[in-house]
Amino acid sequence: MSKIVSLVCGIIFGIGLVISEMINPEKVLGFLNIFRDWDPSLAFVMIGALIISTPIFHLFKNNNKPLFLPSFSIPTNKEIDKKLIIGSIFFGSGWGLVGLCPGPAITSLALLNISSIIFVLSMFIGFYIASKYN
Amino acid sequence: MNIVNFTPISALSGGLLIGLSVALFFTLNGRLIGISGIASSVIVSKDRRVDNFLFLFGLILGPVFYNLIFGKEINISISNSIILLVAAGALVGFGTRLSNGCTSGHGISGISRFSLRSIIATITFMLIGILTVSITGVL
Repeated sequence: MSKIVSLVCGIIFGIGLVISEMINPEKVLGFLNIFRDWDPSLAFVMIGALIISTPIFHLFKNNNKPLFLPSFSIPTNKEIDKKLIIGSIFFGSGWGLVGLCPGPAITSLALLNISSIIFVLSMFIGFYIASKYN
Repeated sequence: MNIVNFTPISALSGGLLIGLSVALFFTLNGRLIGISGIASSVIVSKDRRVDNFLFLFGLILGPVFYNLIFGKEINISISNSIILLVAAGALVGFGTRLSNGCTSGHGISGISRFSLRSIIATITFMLIGILTVSITGVL
């Protein structure tokens, strides 16, 4: 069952990225362009997601187990370290250069756009290089 | 500052679906969605590899289902500079893996559980994103 859940959650997430237009880099760059022509829409994507995920997380986090797997897996790292800050700076600059973050980038592969494919391949190379540091 | 192209209803609707996906994945599979984590795991870890792969495959099916349900074309506008795409892709991949999270992992899942680490990461990548767009917009 966990495999079906993974697939279905991916589909729902992907449809959400399309409807909200997070999949469109132009929209993302418009959101980050606060000093000139600002498109605040993407703040509402975050609000929409958080008003569902926040209460559900806190309602279920103390349960013994999720429905289909033996245990919950919740990140335990609380350290505010250099890796967190430097990683976020790298990520923010790449995000601001093209307007794609990992979810929308992978989702946009469905459009068979050559730019998306180049971005995603480079992103996986970045994952691989960073995994050598962790 | 001028407000342009503001589409709060579609943004909120899409956001609710993203939240639903995070909530279902947590209550049923016990994990919090972070797409950079799921995607990088596929290449560097054997842990739950099939689940991770299926999730990513589902993401790519998202636009296909959107098309079937709503019958609408999806138009995106993206840079066609190869140098920019390679540099930005590598920065995004390296950065999200180093900080263990992206817009979904820190921005949604992390903030949902009130993680200070994720709140700081989200503020950092948002500010740097804004700074980057401000600089490249002037060039």
